[in-house]
Amino acid sequence: MKANLVQAINMALSQEMEKDKSIVLLGEDVGIDGGVFRVTEGLFQKYKDRVFDTPLAESGIVGSSIGLALNGLKPIPEIQFEGFLMPALDQIISHASRIRNRSRGMFNVPLVVRSPFGGGIKALEHHSDSPETYFIHTPGLKVVIPSRPYDAKGLLISAIRDPDPVIFFEPKKIYRAFKEEVPEKEYTIPLGKANIIKQGEDLTIITYGSWVRETLKAIKDSKYNIEVIDLRTLKPLDTKAILNSVSRTGRCIIVHEAPKTLGLASEIIALINEKELLSLEAPIQRVTGYDIVVPLPKLEKYYMPNIDRIKKAIDKVMSF
Amino acid sequence: MPKEVIHQFNVEFLSVLDEKGKVDSKLMPKLNGENIKKMFELMKLTRILDEKALKLQREGRLGTYASCLGQEATHIGSAFALGKEDFVFPSFREQGVYLSRNIPIDQYLAYWKGDERGMKFTKDANIFTVSIPVGSHMLHAMGYSWACKIKKESRAVITYFGDGATSEGDFHEAMNFASVFEVPLVFICQNNQYAISLPVNKQTKAQTIAQKAIAYGMYGIRVDGNDVFAMYRATKEALERAKKGKPTLIEALTYRRGDHTTSDDSKKYRTDREVNQWKKKDPIDRLRNYMSSKKLWAQDYEDELDKKFNEEIDEAVKKMESLEAPKREEIFNYMYSELTDNLKEQQNEK
Repeated sequence: MKANLVQAINMALSQEMEKDKSIVLLGEDVGIDGGVFRVTEGLFQKYKDRVFDTPLAESGIVGSSIGLALNGLKPIPEIQFEGFLMPALDQIISHASRIRNRSRGMFNVPLVVRSPFGGGIKALEHHSDSPETYFIHTPGLKVVIPSRPYDAKGLLISAIRDPDPVIFFEPKKIYRAFKEEVPEKEYTIPLGKANIIKQGEDLTIITYGSWVRETLKAIKDSKYNIEVIDLRTLKPLDTKAILNSVSRTGRCIIVHEAPKTLGLASEIIALINEKELLSLEAPIQRVTGYDIVVPLPKLEKYYMPNIDRIKKAIDKVMSF
Repeated sequence: MPKEVIHQFNVEFLSVLDEKGKVDSKLMPKLNGENIKKMFELMKLTRILDEKALKLQREGRLGTYASCLGQEATHIGSAFALGKEDFVFPSFREQGVYLSRNIPIDQYLAYWKGDERGMKFTKDANIFTVSIPVGSHMLHAMGYSWACKIKKESRAVITYFGDGATSEGDFHEAMNFASVFEVPLVFICQNNQYAISLPVNKQTKAQTIAQKAIAYGMYGIRVDGNDVFAMYRATKEALERAKKGKPTLIEALTYRRGDHTTSDDSKKYRTDREVNQWKKKDPIDRLRNYMSSKKLWAQDYEDELDKKFNEEIDEAVKKMESLEAPKREEIFNYMYSELTDNLKEQQNEK
């Protein structure tokens, strides 16, 4: 069927819940209301005893999810906006990510924390952030960000079946931006594997989430033959895909919306420096958010990467 | 219109065994002589282990250690009420609870020596690892007990924490969630009067910690935490209530007679006089007095216990110290279900 990102995620949740009775959904307004973005719509009606509207407390939601997981269930908590993840950071960083290690493998925490993230929807403060670095930096977590409905379904099913804690960020800007064919039958996309969206020899652009689509727009009429990598999983990172590509193209740009300093681009550049420095024909460029608070809607456009900035970076890298 | 009282609340205090060893027969829980002796023995074992651990730490044979001197009745009285299938989320000062769950002493000591393998318990021990960040683990107990309810298991969960933890936001969230979702959970606050240096009257202006339960629509009770019978009775009742979907907060009023940990010096913030006053309320002395009056105790019985437990612990120390050293590669092995490529590479760095 043709589905947008919201529908694809909903389909994945519904199909997995049908199959695996240990899955429980919990969060603010995820039940009768179907979530503020309607991602869980209809699931409460279908699986009444496994979808829970919780009190308004993010640490409580994630902390309880850890306990649910320790007693054999598969909790999928939703945090309404990424900006409200912060109270739950302690539970994620101090416990969810560490319990396997702390108990020497006797316990694990197979939870999937879902949260919409990123800007571009003209929202209030704390509704447009890109906090993925905090989670990528935390040992023991996996971090997944889909760029399209087809991937969202396959990645989410993999995340749910994964025995480790997964942070699943949903780029809210493209929740309903476009539809594509999403098979109703079950399929998975492995975590830790990037997707080479477009092959090319001149330059590698590495990105993820809503910026995959913007990058494709930016290179549409380019005179260069550009390779585009959609990371899909930010942790563990598909280093092979990155290094293989850069070893061939010798040029690289990384696009993300998160702030520049210690954004994922920094790690990718360090990786390339360590392993493929001699393949490089030009300094690697970053097109990212700035090291500032995401502005409110009137100024937000000055924060976001955009097609022009991507094009300028291409010119710079190619003319070096 | 004049203001009217729309709700009134009471806070109860439960005490069964007084400082001289006399019990209130109306409140005395049903326990036979064997049970009472078992409680006494576990309290003794806890204390002897605690003394030994402190000694080992001073000799450089153990890492930082948190003593539980004076809190043995809180541990043993409550843990004795647990069924084998019930589950426990301790904090980090629950030696007696671990011993009650039959965790091997050598393994427990290995943890305090700095060896992660010490926290690898068998599943059927039904007790979780130590949790260091104060107050954050009550939510895990909340979730675990919630899963008991969802899975229709007929067991309950206990979580232990200190008076300091009640200032943490997660305490509030766990209490609130537990009450809202009607889970089989018992919260046991070991109010040992200090969070490192901060006395409880600076931790909260509430007259009791037990009363905090009221705000969550939950039953709360203050219990004499140095009274093993009161702790047993309150916990037993709370576990039964929990299994009917009514969580409870038990405030166990006790006193941490030792330092916070071996890195602390409590002389900086409290007087010897205060500590000595609590020594008079010693939980083991009280139980011994009672047992003596019931002919359940004799000096040679206790001498034998001392000898037996000392030997048992010495044996455990030997075992702990001769444990094969953990290997470097282990530090990577438990981060994920499978080693990621990245970690494989780091593991192979030499």
